[in-house]
Amino acid sequence: MTEVQDSVFDADIHAKAKEIISRYPQSRSALLPMLHLVQSVQGHVSQEGIAFCGKHLDLTDAEVSAVATFYTMYKRKPCGEHLLSVCTNTLCAAMGGDAIYRKLQEHLGAEGKPLGHEATAGTPGEPGSITLEHAECLAACDLAPVLQVNYEFYDNQTEQSAVELVDALQRGEKPAPTRGAPLTDLKSAELQLAGFFPEDAERFAADVDGPSAATETLRGAALAQERGWVAPPMREENA
Amino acid sequence: MSTADPVTPVLTKRWLSPNSWRLSVYEQLEGYTAVKKALSKPPEQIVALVKDAGLRGRGGAGFPAGVKWSFMPQNEEKRHYLVINADEGEPGTCKDIPLMMADPHSLIEGCVIAAYAMRSHHCFIYVRGEVLHCIRRLHAAVREAYDAGYLGKDILGSGFDLDITVHAGAGAYICGEETALLDSLEGRRGQPRLKPPFPAAAGLYAAPTTVNNVETIATVPFIVNGGSDWFREMGTEKSPGPKIFSISGHVERPGQYEAPLGTTLRELLELAGGMKDGVPLKFWTPGGSSTPMFTAEHLDVPLDFEGAAEAGSMLGTTAVMVFNETVSVPWAVMKWTQFYEHESCGKCTPCREGTYWLAQVLERMVEGKGTEEDIDTLLDVCDNILGRSFCALGDGAVSPITSGIQYFRDEFLALCETNKSKQSESALVGAQA
Ligand SMILES: Cc1cc2nc3c(=O)[nH]c(=O)nc-3n(C[C@H](O)[C@H](O)[C@H](O)COP(=O)(O)O)c2cc1C
Ligand code: SF4
Ligand code: FES
Repeated sequence: MTEVQDSVFDADIHAKAKEIISRYPQSRSALLPMLHLVQSVQGHVSQEGIAFCGKHLDLTDAEVSAVATFYTMYKRKPCGEHLLSVCTNTLCAAMGGDAIYRKLQEHLGAEGKPLGHEATAGTPGEPGSITLEHAECLAACDLAPVLQVNYEFYDNQTEQSAVELVDALQRGEKPAPTRGAPLTDLKSAELQLAGFFPEDAERFAADVDGPSAATETLRGAALAQERGWVAPPMREENA
Repeated sequence: MSTADPVTPVLTKRWLSPNSWRLSVYEQLEGYTAVKKALSKPPEQIVALVKDAGLRGRGGAGFPAGVKWSFMPQNEEKRHYLVINADEGEPGTCKDIPLMMADPHSLIEGCVIAAYAMRSHHCFIYVRGEVLHCIRRLHAAVREAYDAGYLGKDILGSGFDLDITVHAGAGAYICGEETALLDSLEGRRGQPRLKPPFPAAAGLYAAPTTVNNVETIATVPFIVNGGSDWFREMGTEKSPGPKIFSISGHVERPGQYEAPLGTTLRELLELAGGMKDGVPLKFWTPGGSSTPMFTAEHLDVPLDFEGAAEAGSMLGTTAVMVFNETVSVPWAVMKWTQFYEHESCGKCTPCREGTYWLAQVLERMVEGKGTEEDIDTLLDVCDNILGRSFCALGDGAVSPITSGIQYFRDEFLALCETNKSKQSESALVGAQA
């Protein structure tokens, strides 16, 4: 592989790219995590980012581009400090998700000009800037309507709670997700999606131990416990 | 027929324990006891056990897991791969993500056993990218498992080696289709491959590969510990075992309820506290948006693979989405169709063009600009997609439309009536859009 150095991606990021490649029997498998890595630096996949992946994986820019444009999570334009994704798939939409999305479009947009899909309120990359998008089913339908900030879950939302959330984000606060680690920013989330987690054991443990035990998640098990319902006992000869 | 309790927590039982995701908690609750047993037996015996148990794939299609495993070559001329499908993206489906968050080690233990049974030494867990907390928990659990000797070289002194790589996707529903998933894992656009060859012959890197759903594999340690007869004490003859039913929508207490296969919606609704605020049921899906919708007529359909199929739908992922009378069927169908249009990978014409036209027609109808012929057009386009598409996404895309028109044709017609009389006010959700 050729040595690559440039101004956007420093030596550490190049080292990380190599580490990603080492996880796979064939180097090309590293492309998706590497595109997440690129986004952890720039907040989107730029031309430099495409070239970076291409050089590390011995692919042409066109080959990398064809992949990057296929996937929703790779953004072509610079994003805000935070990415706010509102589920507007049918179940969430019927439970209030469409109304939440429209409300946020208005709230984050200008007078008479609601913010569009994947558009940013504020200057991309600046503190308090927010990119808004509508998302497909986020596998949290029992907690509908849901939204995510930087892919951490905010469950059972209302128009009001969603507006309060974005107001807080714009003030520079980081309200805790319902399920997830303490909130950081989109770029930090992308670094984790590339497979790089905090080196510091305590910090990582704090992230990992962020809440997940929603009432809805535990409902069946809790009901069974309350009623004394159990699965048939396992017999000794097997146990 | 099962005489088991209404709720049978097996996979979901540990979820109630504080810090259930940690190795120390898992080990206190019988964790990693099954792997010890499995590694002391010949691999073929594990495959036979899973076959006897009748475990059917939990990813939607219900293919018998033991049979799938037996397709893997017995020799190791090429490397074998086990790939876990954790892409959970079928609308309504929300069981695998909570499972991996609450109890990641049950999946990892299942991976070790399954990989051993199929002579694989590298397992990939392909998780959809949008669920960072779940990915984080998996990484932490994999790290713990390596440190404790449950992964890596010579696992528990058995001589068996296994590496697990957690791989984050990047937002594409089609990557849940197993061959598209493999292309995506190879760093390509996630587009389905022609079958045959099936993954067991030529899968990841053209090597023998098995793709299984998260819930399927997480069930395996329990079968190893409990035995096939125990497993069959739950569920039905052809669909044995417990299953996580994910109940969402207009019910009092939505959530994850693990019940024997064959449980009915009437029984599930009872568990979930009935319809929200007592507003009557209108339509529901047994297993995600790709499974044709049901109505109140189907309250007593046994929700197992056979029962759902006999009643004209599919069990799918047991993602039970419940909608009450306030929801417009044409609107819901339009929303789902927009989803399929967005997620169509573009590889084949019937699906790529068809979903585009279906969405256009439905949008027009919901706006009150439809005509009666539009209903025929919809059915005609569906006819050209169903069975003519390259992969099952196309078939899934027509399910809401054909079933919606089958049960609620009047509602579609009413939209055309509205067009005629130009009175477009309606109290139904979405219909006013
Ligand atoms: C469009 C489409 C999306 C799918 N999404 C998933 C998914 O997210 N998770 C999953 O396990 N199976 C999904 N499947 C089914 C897989 O192709 C495959 O049948 C399954 O992973 C096999 O595992 P199992 O035998 O353990 O069920 C999908 C299929 C299609 C056609
Ligand atoms: S049916 Fe749709 S998703 Fe499947 S290959 Fe064809 S275009 Fe792609
Ligand atoms: S529909 Fe919103 S999370 Fe499933």
